[in-house]
Amino acid sequence: MSFKNPLEGIEEKFEMIQILDEDGQVVDEDNVPDLSDDDLVELMRRMVYTRVLDQRSIALNRQGRLGFYAPTAGQEASQLGSHFAMEKEDFLLPAYRDVPQLIFHGLPLYQAFLFSRGHYHGNQMPEDVNAVSPQIIIGAQITQAAGVAYGFKHNGKKNVALTYTGDGGASQGDFYEGINFAGAYKAPAIFVVQNNQFAISVPVEKQSAANTIAQKAAAAGVPGYLVDGMDVLAVYKIVKEARDRAVNGEGPTLIETMTYRYGPHTMAGDDPTRYRTDDMDDKWEKRDPLVRFRKYLEGKDLWSEEKENEIVETTKEEIKEAIKKADKQDKQKVTDLMSIMYDELPQNLEEQMEEYKEKESK
Amino acid sequence: MAQMTMIQAITNALHTELKNDENVLVFGEDVGQNGGVFRATEGLQEEFGEERVFDTPLAESGIIGLAVGMSTQGLRPVPEIQFFGFVFEAMDAVSGQAARMRYRSGGRWHAPMTIRSPFGGGVHTPELHADSLEGLMAQQPGLKVVIPSNPYDAKGLLIQSIRDNDPVIFLEHMKLYRSFREEVPEEEYTIDLGKANVKREGSDITFVAYGAMVHAALKAADELKEEGIEAEVIDLRTVAPVDIDTIIESVEKTNRAVVIQEAQKQAGIAASIVSEIQERAILHLEAPVLRVTAPDTVYPFSEAEEVWLPNHKDIVEKAKQSINF
Repeated sequence: MSFKNPLEGIEEKFEMIQILDEDGQVVDEDNVPDLSDDDLVELMRRMVYTRVLDQRSIALNRQGRLGFYAPTAGQEASQLGSHFAMEKEDFLLPAYRDVPQLIFHGLPLYQAFLFSRGHYHGNQMPEDVNAVSPQIIIGAQITQAAGVAYGFKHNGKKNVALTYTGDGGASQGDFYEGINFAGAYKAPAIFVVQNNQFAISVPVEKQSAANTIAQKAAAAGVPGYLVDGMDVLAVYKIVKEARDRAVNGEGPTLIETMTYRYGPHTMAGDDPTRYRTDDMDDKWEKRDPLVRFRKYLEGKDLWSEEKENEIVETTKEEIKEAIKKADKQDKQKVTDLMSIMYDELPQNLEEQMEEYKEKESK
Repeated sequence: MAQMTMIQAITNALHTELKNDENVLVFGEDVGQNGGVFRATEGLQEEFGEERVFDTPLAESGIIGLAVGMSTQGLRPVPEIQFFGFVFEAMDAVSGQAARMRYRSGGRWHAPMTIRSPFGGGVHTPELHADSLEGLMAQQPGLKVVIPSNPYDAKGLLIQSIRDNDPVIFLEHMKLYRSFREEVPEEEYTIDLGKANVKREGSDITFVAYGAMVHAALKAADELKEEGIEAEVIDLRTVAPVDIDTIIESVEKTNRAVVIQEAQKQAGIAASIVSEIQERAILHLEAPVLRVTAPDTVYPFSEAEEVWLPNHKDIVEKAKQSINF
């Protein structure tokens, strides 16, 4: 072989970016993001809120009071650190595990519960929430993010489209198509791949010969970053920089957040013990995003056990109220669905509407 | 009034809407500087600029996904799928996403896009260029499917499709692109979606057709006239939703019907129309409602297509079968 393998030296460039180590110590002083004390506390509050919401959601699911639910514990820094870099007018295109980001983008909690139950009102974003509901088809949101971003650019708006997928999603054709389109149009999009190590049960090593997902951006001529997804400061910082570049007309960014979901894929019967070991779980739990950030904040005198307990309690209270409100929602009707298929009812649905009005009146 | 081919009428319609509405964007593979492989977008980039008429990377799923995303930003995308057989690459973006925007957002978002695409047999294309896939599209709630049979209709239907607030699949039969010219007004006009057009009145039998098959049906009607049989020819124009009232009104008058499509026989538009007729007008029927279709194989390589495609002789034969029943 007389030619050098062009891959040599490339993969090493995608080193994992970290600001806080597992003990909450700053390892990269120069890159600590410029966040106020209030912001730092708010970030922690959101992570605690989400951990509590996850625990309660799992319990509610087991009681049969919630439907589809994809657990989030372990991914809080990845989810909420990235979302914290978004502005209100930015557009969010989440995958099915990304309900916490939707809530902090403005979706009322009772609607998130309705989404879980499969009630269409759960998908109905309030007027001031720029988001689509969580995507079920793996990767479909990625090409759409390029379109939203094209729209922002075309309309001269200084906003970004931010979309999420997982390590499995990075195997889809739509993943490359979306990044490539955004790159070709220099559209203000941010693609976050939350690499939680497993696509249901298939480990990331079996998804691709590529050592990192971040490097896949290089093929599209788009910058790709690998970041410690359990380090909320690093995730925030890298997404914030991507956002700044995007609104300055410098195009899209791909960000791989290295993380782990402690729970099963969803609450619909997945058993992680079939594909994960206790050792693996232990290793990742030592990197826990809440533990790490709590230590950091305690070191700055910004956090206390008392404060955390207060947040846990208010969150539980909020969840209780939201479930009550979700329970009060009118049951959805087939005629409701008919009325949101088209702008104007076509003849076939007009006839069927009459038929179902009759059925539903009984 | 100008004489236009169907492709010219389509360019004219795109031009009209690009001019009328700054949110209209036209894009796809080769649609920019090249003006499209059939020249449907000829001169549009030059006049409206690269921000509004542009080439895309070669990826159909990406093209339709892009259009779905744009829809949330007040834009009115008119993407082109270069040949409709390529839509398989974009089936999720079309059926899983665009068609469900209202549903999956509880009505908050919608996708006012018009997906234009050439299709249709008889022009010796390679595989997956000619296939009639309108039946697949028509089965997807949330979509509308429009298939013009002539230049005048193409312009009015395309303008209306672009203005429609739901996703429209606008299928252009390649054989009709340049096969004839007719008078098409330069000024704008629209034709309602979901409304059929009675192309020829008759009292003995109803032919229901769309796209290129309208011409086969008209030719069959001419032949039958020589034998004293008066066929009524309905051009559906829109195959989803179907204008069932116009069909039933005709069948109640003629008491016989043949439904004609270029697509394969199994499932599909014709099968659905036959069901509708028997559900609504069985007591008016003097004979079973018959179909003229292609056989249930995939679209063949071009050498076999002349035999494979239904033609006016098949229609005459089925009409006689109905009348002699």
